[in-house]
Amino acid sequence: MQTLQIKAISGHAGPVPGHDAQREDAGGVCKVIDVTTCIGCKACEVACVEWNGYPFHETTFDNTYQTMPDTRWNYYNLIRFNEHQFQDGSFGWLMRKDQCMHCVDPGCLRACPADGAIVQYTNGIVDFRQENCVGCEYCVTGCPFNIPKFNSETKKVFKCTLCSDRVNVGLEPACIKACPTGCLHFGTKTDMKELAENRARQLRNHTSHKNAGVYDPQGVGGTQVIYVLHDITNPEAYGGLPSNPRIPLLVRLWKGPLKWLGNLAMFGGVIGVVLHYLRYGPKELDKQAEQQK
Amino acid sequence: MSETAPADEGIVRYTFRERVMHWLTGFTYLYVLISGLAFYTPHLYWLAAILGGGPTARFWHPWIGVIFTIAIEWMRQTWRHQMRITETDRHWNRAVRKYIENRDDEVPPSDRFNAGQKQFYWVMLVSTIFLLISGIVMWFPELVPWSLRSVRSVAVVVHEIAALVTIGAFIIHVYMGLFVVPEGFKAIVRGYVSPQWARMHHRLWFNRVTSRE
Repeated sequence: MQTLQIKAISGHAGPVPGHDAQREDAGGVCKVIDVTTCIGCKACEVACVEWNGYPFHETTFDNTYQTMPDTRWNYYNLIRFNEHQFQDGSFGWLMRKDQCMHCVDPGCLRACPADGAIVQYTNGIVDFRQENCVGCEYCVTGCPFNIPKFNSETKKVFKCTLCSDRVNVGLEPACIKACPTGCLHFGTKTDMKELAENRARQLRNHTSHKNAGVYDPQGVGGTQVIYVLHDITNPEAYGGLPSNPRIPLLVRLWKGPLKWLGNLAMFGGVIGVVLHYLRYGPKELDKQAEQQK
Repeated sequence: MSETAPADEGIVRYTFRERVMHWLTGFTYLYVLISGLAFYTPHLYWLAAILGGGPTARFWHPWIGVIFTIAIEWMRQTWRHQMRITETDRHWNRAVRKYIENRDDEVPPSDRFNAGQKQFYWVMLVSTIFLLISGIVMWFPELVPWSLRSVRSVAVVVHEIAALVTIGAFIIHVYMGLFVVPEGFKAIVRGYVSPQWARMHHRLWFNRVTSRE
């Protein structure tokens, strides 16, 4: 079913080799994060850095339970803590596992100029291939979720791989394996969407969270990582999860019409001067001197 | 003008300093042009290979851009008075069609720089300001706070439009210098021109420098 066959390549002239050679599957792989059962234990963070071979980072204290301000190039996965008052007046912590969302229409891939530095597999995983990365950070500009992080030493950009190296050999991502509460699930998009919707319905029917819902933003064509939220109308409360993420308009303009207009203008300029030369040629000195006489 | 050309070779058009200045802007512009085009469209990404590959081109592009900016500032200091648009230039602009069609005897005479050269100068100068400011943002996008993230994409688009404007001007500049005006290239490389050339292309300047002698 899902494979690591490549579906889209950044900065690549022409169609992707083998694209559409495979039958459509169940929407690729998908991770569900049920924030309503997350206890913020950070086991997923530890599993992530362990699997990827990165050091654990020292935490910084900012008067909350937030352990560090942001994800880093070698820290793909961070629990965001937010203190929140629910509609019924009760107090709670909103805890959200923040990492790459693996957009169906990835802004990073669209913005990237380097051939093969960002790929999207047919299973939906969006992966950075650092050996092809030039370190321009266009992906940083293209991402609506603030995910790609730059390593200023190697001049390469990194982010969550959705453990493509594990998924490729039939294993679930490391974070899923480590989660003790079962708030993380991994499977096909179709199955996981159904599971998430069931959980949201359960929350609406049996708890006070009447606005519970599934976060699968359509502005980026949906994502391979989806959330179950207590309040789908206010994703911003979960540490700035955008309510309607889209690839920035100017990035779409830049990679769309502006590029074609620019190419056309450059071609036009060269063709223009060639035509001028053929029609009028150089400003000959002799001819001019003769006319002066 | 401090320098003089060998007596039989003609009139000094550009001093040694001016030629160094011109070619500093010229070669640094070529580098940022080629590397910039590589990152502009996948169809031109192969251009990065002739500069040592994508990561190398990405590393040097901003630094060479800084040198280009410094060279442009040098050019501004050197030529800003001579590049001022005058009444003569407005007449020249009205006759630009005749200039394009090589009916030069119908075009009002120019001083040291004609109105077309002046426009090229000002286009490059103004574009460089935009390229520098947007380029600094694109150099370190990770330092732009998330709340100001739209600054990043604005910078990219400003950089691209300003670059395209310079490319248009650059195509015309190179074409004029290499093909349309014989001796033009020699003037900016060796520095001197023949009296006939000076008289034809820059009559006011020619009259000024010859009458001084």
